[in-house]
Amino acid sequence: MEFIRSVIALYAERWQWFLGLLGDHVRLALTAIIISGLLGLLIGVWISDRPKLAPAVIGVCNVLYTIPAISLLGILIPFFGIGNRTAVTALVIYGMMPMVRNTYTGIVNVDPDIIEAAVGMGSTKRQLLTRIKLPMALSVILAGLRSMVVMTISVGGIASFIGAGGLGVAIYRGITIYNPAMTFAGSLLIALTAIVADLLLGTAEKRYRKKRRMK
Amino acid sequence: MAEAVIRFDHVNKAYGDTAVLRDFCLEVPEGECLTMIGRSGCGKTTALKLVNGLLTPDSGSVYVRGQDVSATDRIALRRSIGYVIQSTGLFPHMTVGKNIAYTPSLSRMWDRETERLEVACLLKTVGLEPELAGRYPSELSGGQRQRVGIARALAARPSIMLMDEPFGSVDEITRRSLQDELRSLRDELGLTVLFVTHDIGEAFRLGDRVLVMESGRISQLDTPERIAAAPADDFIRELIEDRK
Repeated sequence: MEFIRSVIALYAERWQWFLGLLGDHVRLALTAIIISGLLGLLIGVWISDRPKLAPAVIGVCNVLYTIPAISLLGILIPFFGIGNRTAVTALVIYGMMPMVRNTYTGIVNVDPDIIEAAVGMGSTKRQLLTRIKLPMALSVILAGLRSMVVMTISVGGIASFIGAGGLGVAIYRGITIYNPAMTFAGSLLIALTAIVADLLLGTAEKRYRKKRRMK
Repeated sequence: MAEAVIRFDHVNKAYGDTAVLRDFCLEVPEGECLTMIGRSGCGKTTALKLVNGLLTPDSGSVYVRGQDVSATDRIALRRSIGYVIQSTGLFPHMTVGKNIAYTPSLSRMWDRETERLEVACLLKTVGLEPELAGRYPSELSGGQRQRVGIARALAARPSIMLMDEPFGSVDEITRRSLQDELRSLRDELGLTVLFVTHDIGEAFRLGDRVLVMESGRISQLDTPERIAAAPADDFIRELIEDRK
């Protein structure tokens, strides 16, 4: 109880500082989300037409995904230095896997009869992709986006260990000056941000399905 | 005989080592409804897909309105041919109206108002209420879906229709009424129809001529009456007897 009271006191006292960190955190995560979202989508689409290449690309993404976050940041420092750029790069590398995998899976699992009907009716390759494959894969792609967003927001928390901004700064400072309340306050905000983002995307997904009368 | 709209010229097609069509020759004159019947794997669907270029022959050629399919613009060709498949292949993420307007929309043929009118008209043509245009395929019955599939194939005003067991998954009563409607549509629009089925009754009822296929070859091609009177082999005799 004492602990929670001290966390609340901390928020009340330093709310401007926390708000600034929250802003930095969202900006950092959003940059990574947009880049890995677009890049992952493009790669996923690209390999969906290349069945021989697809397992290799997805394999590479899986391997990258298993590198522990802290060590990936360490590996990247010699190449990108310290700061936000390295953090964004690491987050993009992590974000690739769910996006590539879900885009690919979503597209290759579209009912072949439907593809055949669309081709037989005279769709060009591009029309087939934009009008049939992508819209039909959208809910799977959205699920990938959701997990990628949540993950990026939470992994973004350790970015401050290499000098990047965001709520990780509060966590890191809390550890170094032995102030557990501060570490907790930072972590709590990260968790809340992730939950809010997940809820928003979940609502968007549900509305899309409902509009299309899909289960 | 009128000039052939669809012509197969010594076509061979194999999947791996299995020959599906062997030296296949066929001429379909304008306005004819030709039904193709045979066991599954006899090559009837393959023959159909060669016409709109979904498949290419290993040797020989397929001509549509005198044009070699493998040498022509296949996208344009497909847009000018109606195509209906058994599972209907309706796009689940589009309304009935958008499904029907799909082919015209690919080449931006219709503006919004034209689309609304044409869709309503096509729905009426296939015996459905125009109000269905706003529904999604998942909200329709099997028979309604088949009808929408036909309306969609008719949208770009094709003169040729390729139909691959289009009534295969509906009950007998619905199938009868769909067959009747197809026949009157055909007469009304002067369509040339290639119709694949495994139901001999359907083949006889709809076909001006019936093509019986067996392992990639034509075993008999004639009017229903003459096939019934003089079946060329045991397979056809069996088919006809099963019907009774």
